Amino acid sequence: MRLLVCVKRVPAPGARINITADEQDVDAAHLGFTTSPHEECALEEAVQIVENHGGEVTVLTLGPAEAEEQLRYAASVGAHHFVLLPVTEVDWDPQRTASALTKAIQDLEQGNEPFDLVLFGNESADSGGFQVGVRVAQALSRPIVNGIKGMEIGEGTVTARREIDGGFEVYEMPTPAILGIKEGINLPRYPTMKGRLASKKAEVEVNEPTSEQGGQTRIKLHRPEEKVSETVILGNGPEAAPAVVDLLEELGVL
Amino acid sequence: MSEFPTKAKVVVIGAGIVGNCLVGHLARLGWKDIVLLDKGPLPNPGGSTGHASNFIFPVDHNKEMALLGEQSANQYRDLDLSVDSGGIEVARTEERMDELDRRMTSAKAWGIEAHLLSPAEVKELVPFINDDVILGGFYCPTVSVVDSLETGTVMRKEAIETAGCQVFANTEVLDVVTSEQPGGITQVEAVVTDKGRIEAEYVVIACGVWSNRIANMAGATIPLAPVVHQMADVGPMDILAETNNEIGYPIVRDMDTFCYERQSSGSMEVGSYGHRAIIHHPDTIPSNEEAALSPTEMPFTPDDFDDQMETAIELMDMLGDAEIKYAINGLLSLTPDGMPCLGETTEVRNLWSAAAVWVKEGPGMAQVVAEWMTYGYPRVIDVHGADIARFYDGERSEDHIWSRADESFIKTYGIVHPSEQWGGQRNIDVGPYFSRQEDLDAMFFQARTWERPQWYGANADLVDRYDLKEREVEWDNRWWSPITVGEHLNLRENCGLVDLSAFQIYTLEGEGAVEYADYLAVNKVDVPVGRSIYTPWLNQDGGFHSDLTMMRLAEDKVAIVTGVFDGGRDSFWVNRHMPTDGSVKFTNLTHKITTLGLWGPNAPATLAQLTDHDLTQEGSSYGSIVEVDIAGLPCRIFRISYVGDTGWEIYTDWDNGPALWDALMTAGADLGIRATGGGVYGSSGRIEKGYRLMGAELESEYNPLEAGLARPKVKAADFIGKEAYLAAREKGEPEVAMCTLTVEDLADSQGRSRYPQGGNEPILTAAGERIVDSHGRASRVTSAGYGPSVGKHLLMAYLPTELAVPGTDLQVMYMNEMYPVKVGSTGSVFDPEDSRLKS
Repeated sequence: MRLLVCVKRVPAPGARINITADEQDVDAAHLGFTTSPHEECALEEAVQIVENHGGEVTVLTLGPAEAEEQLRYAASVGAHHFVLLPVTEVDWDPQRTASALTKAIQDLEQGNEPFDLVLFGNESADSGGFQVGVRVAQALSRPIVNGIKGMEIGEGTVTARREIDGGFEVYEMPTPAILGIKEGINLPRYPTMKGRLASKKAEVEVNEPTSEQGGQTRIKLHRPEEKVSETVILGNGPEAAPAVVDLLEELGVL
Repeated sequence: MSEFPTKAKVVVIGAGIVGNCLVGHLARLGWKDIVLLDKGPLPNPGGSTGHASNFIFPVDHNKEMALLGEQSANQYRDLDLSVDSGGIEVARTEERMDELDRRMTSAKAWGIEAHLLSPAEVKELVPFINDDVILGGFYCPTVSVVDSLETGTVMRKEAIETAGCQVFANTEVLDVVTSEQPGGITQVEAVVTDKGRIEAEYVVIACGVWSNRIANMAGATIPLAPVVHQMADVGPMDILAETNNEIGYPIVRDMDTFCYERQSSGSMEVGSYGHRAIIHHPDTIPSNEEAALSPTEMPFTPDDFDDQMETAIELMDMLGDAEIKYAINGLLSLTPDGMPCLGETTEVRNLWSAAAVWVKEGPGMAQVVAEWMTYGYPRVIDVHGADIARFYDGERSEDHIWSRADESFIKTYGIVHPSEQWGGQRNIDVGPYFSRQEDLDAMFFQARTWERPQWYGANADLVDRYDLKEREVEWDNRWWSPITVGEHLNLRENCGLVDLSAFQIYTLEGEGAVEYADYLAVNKVDVPVGRSIYTPWLNQDGGFHSDLTMMRLAEDKVAIVTGVFDGGRDSFWVNRHMPTDGSVKFTNLTHKITTLGLWGPNAPATLAQLTDHDLTQEGSSYGSIVEVDIAGLPCRIFRISYVGDTGWEIYTDWDNGPALWDALMTAGADLGIRATGGGVYGSSGRIEKGYRLMGAELESEYNPLEAGLARPKVKAADFIGKEAYLAAREKGEPEVAMCTLTVEDLADSQGRSRYPQGGNEPILTAAGERIVDSHGRASRVTSAGYGPSVGKHLLMAYLPTELAVPGTDLQVMYMNEMYPVKVGSTGSVFDPEDSRLKS
């Protein structure tokens, strides 16, 4: 099978994100960067599919030159081919990103069979637009389902499940298809030390992106007020029990 | 939560291993009204303690680090928060195997069990190691793994329970406020936090990598740099998981790749000191909120770690298939000389530093600081090497700290020769003769910031004249030259000119000067004008604080001349005890006055050509100071010798130095004068005479009686340490005595001549047993050097009095081999009657 995974370089979660003085970008001074968590799962899913069914995994990213680090990370966990669409401006809206990815996918498929599956993360960890996968699917006229937490490969088909309240929706689609993968579908592996060392030798194809202008312009970034949570100590040891009971009753737990 | 206090006796900033243990030790010493602050949450506020690998290898060549490491390991054991995992330092090179022999020697010195292992024996203990890539290992069964966070918690709780210590987490220090006191003293007054202001009598900075930033708020400095140490947790691996233990296999230090592998349950922590030095300014360390993990667990930069991974896999193949689960650029503290920063800051009274301390020394060093604050001096052991007052201004700049951290990071697991010189940050302070010395191809050794010629390449002809040889083994020859032996013999035969510009020279002046000088010194300073005294300064417990020369220059003026390694500590000591009534003015003249030493049998004849002054013992008696013109330059000549031959220290204005040098070299040209280096002055000449050196023979753990420096009578005037000194005298004969020993046979098992370097090599009985006195002080080499005039390699060491008898046969261990030694003298092995001094 031929699989393509689209990933995005995003700030590692857990840290407070500061904004640069011009309010146009996040301040990277203290930040580590990673692959968006949903996409890590998409990558893991792709690697597992290839391990079970054979084939190759290509990983595509649009981002700063440093996003090569995320491609090498993909190499360290078992992906095979790597394409970077380098950009310098930070203001790439979902529409423009989708157009560049669509063009890049078309280029990669030129002279080849289309990718059986193109996997996106459900949404990116930083901007969370939920749009790029859908826009690419529409441009490529392929079916897409988002929020995928389970999938099975059939003969020319893929069956995908997504969570709904109290159960799952199950879709069967012909391939080529596009899926938006959600965290929880698997537990992504960490790179091994050998994997990390081998990833340094991976060849990264760098293609200048071509895109249509998006319709959305960033005016500025704004960090919301931090929510301050108050901690009330109900007491220490057994003496605290009545207060705990009162609270649980108040919350309707008891 | 208790109400935020407005006042406290002592505020400790930083609740890592050091701050927590410090409040615990202060509580044990009876302190009350203690406040402990940290800007992060407890129990892990986000400093270096939180990501420490928490293991202690107890063997260190440095005495302070070894003994405080052991002290700390025992404190962790006492709390039952420690496991002896054992640890092995493996060698991949022959040079490292030699270093492991040196480790064995230090282990013996400190009484720590250790064994050299063959590769197969290493594999028996660590079955997953690739024994093909190693040549051997140094195994220490008492290497321990500790729980530093829990230890901190326990110590903090002890302080809370026994001394009512108040603890405030998530409390950021915004300012440390000082006030001006009478006598020009800047004193700490308050700590301002985001929760309020606390007036405090004492403030202790125990903030690890942030310490200098906090000190700067008060106008003080704590010279340390936050430096990255990378580590990765890889796993799981069945063989580790099957131990069912946090640590089931010995820790392996792969010394030649600057890497370690330490089991952590089912995983292995691979840590590195082998990558490029990555230094962060404290202002660029993220806050707790800005950090994804913790402020000192910075984002991992994998490119820096790749080489380390390759070598780690080479040593333990199973690591290659293990997953990298967690990897960080962990921050720790490095100082310009690799030693911690303990003690009161020199700039601000009652503002203390307990910084640049790692988990492995934390509890012991916290105890040191607590005792120091309580008694005026730490009682555990002497810590002159960790005393923050040791730094000169030139060592406190960011440029210097950064540069030294950059150079020293790789030395963490390096093989560092005792005389190894720094590559960068040189020529900070040079004498006025520097260009002349460069012309003479001087080999400069740096003493703190000062450059001192160790020997002169231009004297290479002396090697032929005296038929001298290089040493056989490269290690013994490193940072050494036979030229130094040539310079020694020439000085004894003719004369030598020694640059002493690095002397730290101060004056005490004013109506209270002599009285104050007498309060500092054991020996009587109130001597006639023109006389000098050589005297110990003691600490409150009667141990050595310093050992130096004081000169009565006028009725109301005393000069203090001390060694370059002690100037910072001594000037701080003077300031610290200074009367506040304005009766004494303290001045540093180090950069205004330069000193040359002229010694040897031809020294009088040389000097006589340049002055009309009577240079006989009548006109310039031993110990006297005379103002004379030399070659028309106003000078002060001081008849004294640290090398055992007659001569003078000649003091003159800095700017006159070059002319004085030229005049003396010209006058002595036909009398065999040679520029002579520190190899003679500080080593061979000194040791032949048995002259004690502060920081080597003289430490706070020893008193003047033991050092053989006690005078027959004690002066009437009071002085610091007098009570303790009198008590020691009343006990009668001291338990130990400082001795000079001769190495009787230098041949090692391969028939090569070896030369112990003076790096704490243990002195052992003929049966090979350690010699330890009732205070636990081991007999070890404090100084070593070849004595060209006695034809023997010489060692200095304290020995129990019953062994301190000339002729006693003992042994010294050097590089894990034994050499026979004989006690030579408790005084001088060369010219014991001092006839050459009096000629």
